[in-house]
Amino acid sequence: MAKSWMEWEKPLLELERGISELREKQKLLPPDKAAAMEAQIQQFEQTRDNYIRVKYGRLGPWERVLVARADNRPYTLDYIRNIVTDWVELHGDRRHGDDKAIIGGVGKIGNRSCVIVGHQKGRDLKERKFRNFGMAKPEGYRKAIRLFDMADRFGLPVVSFIDTPAADPNLESEQRGISEAIAAGMFKMFSLGVPTVAVVIGEGGSGGAIGIGASSRVLMLENAIYSVIPPEGCAAILWRDAAAGDKAAAALRLTAQSALELGLIDEIVPEAFGGAHRGPKETAENVEKAILGRFDELDRMSPDEIREDRYRKYRNMGVQIEAPIGGRSG
Amino acid sequence: MSNKPDAFLRCEGCKKVLFSKEFVKNLRVCPNCGHHYRLSADERIEITFDEGSFVELDADMKSEDPLQFPEYAEKLARGFASTGRNDSVVRGMAKLGGFPVSAAVADFRFMGGSMGSVAGEKITRTLETAIDERIPAVIFTATGGARMQEGLLSLMQMAKTSAACRKAYDAGVPYICVFTDPTMAGVLASYASLADVILAEPKALVGFAGARVAAQASGGQKLPDNFQTSEFAYEHGMIDAVVQRKDVRATLINLVTHFTGGKHG
Repeated sequence: MAKSWMEWEKPLLELERGISELREKQKLLPPDKAAAMEAQIQQFEQTRDNYIRVKYGRLGPWERVLVARADNRPYTLDYIRNIVTDWVELHGDRRHGDDKAIIGGVGKIGNRSCVIVGHQKGRDLKERKFRNFGMAKPEGYRKAIRLFDMADRFGLPVVSFIDTPAADPNLESEQRGISEAIAAGMFKMFSLGVPTVAVVIGEGGSGGAIGIGASSRVLMLENAIYSVIPPEGCAAILWRDAAAGDKAAAALRLTAQSALELGLIDEIVPEAFGGAHRGPKETAENVEKAILGRFDELDRMSPDEIREDRYRKYRNMGVQIEAPIGGRSG
Repeated sequence: MSNKPDAFLRCEGCKKVLFSKEFVKNLRVCPNCGHHYRLSADERIEITFDEGSFVELDADMKSEDPLQFPEYAEKLARGFASTGRNDSVVRGMAKLGGFPVSAAVADFRFMGGSMGSVAGEKITRTLETAIDERIPAVIFTATGGARMQEGLLSLMQMAKTSAACRKAYDAGVPYICVFTDPTMAGVLASYASLADVILAEPKALVGFAGARVAAQASGGQKLPDNFQTSEFAYEHGMIDAVVQRKDVRATLINLVTHFTGGKHG
């Protein structure tokens, strides 16, 4: 089992680097020599594609955890850069502060102005700290609630990008009521008469994710994960072995495919060949298309119908056995 | 421990030796140090609602082990063996001071009171019954959080129960939640925190993440002595009151009386 995503990405990255170096060299060669080089380059490219096909063709649950967490995976702001126009970021919960791990604002997707919120991770160490590793505090959820309210009053659809390991569980979070903030996020979302679409783009980390993700439609990127607990945490509790994350990842059924099979998400959005990090733009375009498709679907409903549809959707989630007679209240 | 028929027991809190009879009469609260022992769902029902008023609903509802999660079936069996119940939440109709209420009570002994599909469904029905009958909902929590063994289905119970809370809120139906030891994680971060009134028994563990995770995330910061207790939640405005077990029933009756006595609308 791979311990890190880099274990299988490294040879691939080297191959890709080699190919682009050859391409640079090729540009400087006279036409006849360049043509001769082409065959060689194409062979390398084929090797690369084969490697990707084998590796990414059927990633196991644990490997998807690693891809979902990969440090060069596109984050919420990358999607906003790629598919949102006229973006205005809005800040602050008007109560305590401005959380950097949940961003929010207004912008256009396609031709539609919408309210967009999302978890934001950082790319380098400094940025990661600034974004608190994508772990939001209560003020993040309360900022989102403020924006949800705005969306409802102005008739704008809501898009949530989900990408967090978990909500921040530290002392400050407890003092300011992180549990209440997450609950209140869902509570608010269930009141909205506008279409709401969530896209799990990386890590759907339990309460931290659902706090802005109780949407009318929930989409997942093909390598994203969505889980009630981080696999390492699950393994530590159940088997006192945090290193058994791979075993827990399989048991938790945290992949997009499993979530779809369980009827808990509506759609899997394909990533670029070799993962979202290999084609952020193409992946973002797929996400855009999927979001707009869901807007079209939900636009046909009145605000009351949207609320009822959303209630029914979540109301029906759960698998239990009932006795044939006398089980249900009258 | 509380079920042992021994004549004496040693208090978990102050280590003092207590008479079992006296201890039970005192609602399983140590007369010396005030330590509140955990109650089974039946014990809770007995000391809370009008005598004989509780009528259980959906008692047969069971988990289907939808993920075929390792060791889950055994844990469900053990939960059944120790409680005689099919899951962690018991729900039904009850009366408080003569007022009908839709009630749910968690039993921590059943897989740590965790919330999977069954608990989520029962809490949702508790709120829906309250809406349909236009009576208050009263829920006692005792839980480690969402149940890992049902994966994402358990996480979605947070959304489902929160949706039901929204419906009750919009319908103007009162919902009172009583936190008992412990009230944690996925339950605290969903329906438990969405009640109109939140009461908590003294020194119940109330928090988002486990103590070790919270300490780790807080870096070198010293955590207050009462971190993740009812008193801590109260101090930070997250709950309405810390109420001694002996006063919970009377407080609930008071609240239900006020909330159902509204004349405007």
